[in-house]
Amino acid sequence: MKQIVVLSGKGGTGKTSLSAAFAHLAGSGGTNVLVDADVDAANLELLLKARRVTEEPFWGGSTAIIDQSRCSGCGTCQEVCRFDAVSVSDGEYLVDPVACDGCAACVYACPEQTITLEKQQAGEWYISETAYGRFFHAHLLPAQENSGKLVAFIKRQAQDALKEMDGDLMLVDGPPGIGCPVISAISGADVVLIVTEPSLAGIHDLERVLGTAAYFQVPAWVCINKADLYREGAEQIRDICQVREIPLLGEISYDLTIPRAMTAGEPVTLFAPDSGASREIQAIWEKILLKLNDLHPAGTIIQL
Amino acid sequence: MIIAVASGKGGTGKTTIAVSLAQFLADQGEFPVLISDADVEAPNAHLFLKPKFSDKADVNQYVPQIAEDLCSGCGICADVCQFNAIVMLKDKPKVFPSLCHGCGSCTLQCPEGAIAEIPRTIGRLDRGLSADGLLLRQGLLNEGEPMAVPVIAALKKWKWQTDRIPGVEIVDSPPGASCPVVEALRGADYVLLVTEPTPFGLHDLKQAFQVTRELGLQVGVIINRVGVGEEDIRGFCQANGVPVLMEIPLERKIGEGLARGKGLLEIDPVYRSRFADLWQAVQSAGKAVAT
Repeated sequence: MKQIVVLSGKGGTGKTSLSAAFAHLAGSGGTNVLVDADVDAANLELLLKARRVTEEPFWGGSTAIIDQSRCSGCGTCQEVCRFDAVSVSDGEYLVDPVACDGCAACVYACPEQTITLEKQQAGEWYISETAYGRFFHAHLLPAQENSGKLVAFIKRQAQDALKEMDGDLMLVDGPPGIGCPVISAISGADVVLIVTEPSLAGIHDLERVLGTAAYFQVPAWVCINKADLYREGAEQIRDICQVREIPLLGEISYDLTIPRAMTAGEPVTLFAPDSGASREIQAIWEKILLKLNDLHPAGTIIQL
Repeated sequence: MIIAVASGKGGTGKTTIAVSLAQFLADQGEFPVLISDADVEAPNAHLFLKPKFSDKADVNQYVPQIAEDLCSGCGICADVCQFNAIVMLKDKPKVFPSLCHGCGSCTLQCPEGAIAEIPRTIGRLDRGLSADGLLLRQGLLNEGEPMAVPVIAALKKWKWQTDRIPGVEIVDSPPGASCPVVEALRGADYVLLVTEPTPFGLHDLKQAFQVTRELGLQVGVIINRVGVGEEDIRGFCQANGVPVLMEIPLERKIGEGLARGKGLLEIDPVYRSRFADLWQAVQSAGKAVAT
């Protein structure tokens, strides 16, 4: 059982397009599970013709609620809140649910015990059937927190399913950036595959995501998308990989077949198997399969 | 006036727009322009503006330190912590600093006064002047740290000791639609949502638009890479009463220029007048709110 997580640092480098292609290339044997860990912008579903089988609410963080009928107006809640979530309007103390962190400092500090925490629905999570295996994904409600917890949650569901079916591979389409949802996505991974692009921004953020993977001692591999957009940039990425001893698995040319496949709602390797991009992705996938076999077994579990 | 540039999907061109608008306004020379790069996980504005950073500051999270000699082992600190950052092990509290939200509840509730809060650095702030004379400040989350929000909050509070009072601040937001975006957008007078006409672009635009609704913010949309797909972004904008303020065609030369760290004005001078129109539209929308 192996778990590979696709990351990028910078957004828009092609994580989801490549993840869908890998899902397709991994085949329809039924022993793989797929996860979309970018719950802020969950797009993998749009390429997999997924059929939702279950839909469940995800309960995330909590928000403080003040019982106005018992509030004495002493202002202690406002004093202890470090998130500027309590305001006064016409003598009433009110909690801004967007700013509230759910830390409960006010709940414990209120001398009248008029404040309670109420669980908030942070999103929904789904199990879907696809032609490439069972698919675990979620939708974070806009402006919610705890995307890291939602990522951890769906990954746990996927892991359990993979174990139960004694499956081979868990393929995770990760979020951009390096913060909490990325760390949740990395947790338990055998390897991260970083999809980068030869732009100054792409390279800068590649270094940051490589640093993050190294921090958690998860091995990283790299592939370059839109590799011919800026040749000196691609050269720089090759140098970075060499210096850091990171395997560079391949390069994909700037190819508008990829957005066309997205518009058609299909993995590019299914949509246009003979296109340049598809051939290059296929070559990368073959290297991934070879290298996965050489990896040491267990991933690192990171507690968040 | 604070203008935030956001998007649901990453890589749609937030930084391109933020930087190009800032450069346009700096060229006008009417007032100093401040750009705040709040994409603290992947801050890229500096790659385009090439500033000389003149000072920096650590971003600290305050985490509990428990004095063993004072601790009675009552466990109240662990009870009140909502984030499992304090756990009782063999009647002794153990602190997990990276889980701590810095809310201070444990310090307040400890009956023995045994908890002090000590700083732990989770990120850094930088600021300085760009070659174009722009004021740039950015936040940088340390690699391995999960929480972007405190870094963004610290960035926005970081007062600039200068006589150049910015007439406009442009905030380059992180991608997505969750708490870091909310923190970046809070307090903005206007939000530019950048998207692309693909299924991903439209899907994620809807998410980002919902966030601006929750926050009650005024919005205009910029469609980037027009021609890359056929998704009806204009239809969505019309249905929601949101103006489309600019369209940027899919052109390889733009992609190549951006990759090298050039802004739109440098890539193609035609954007000078297009940003003038954009600025006009944003200004009049801002005035409409004020009246």
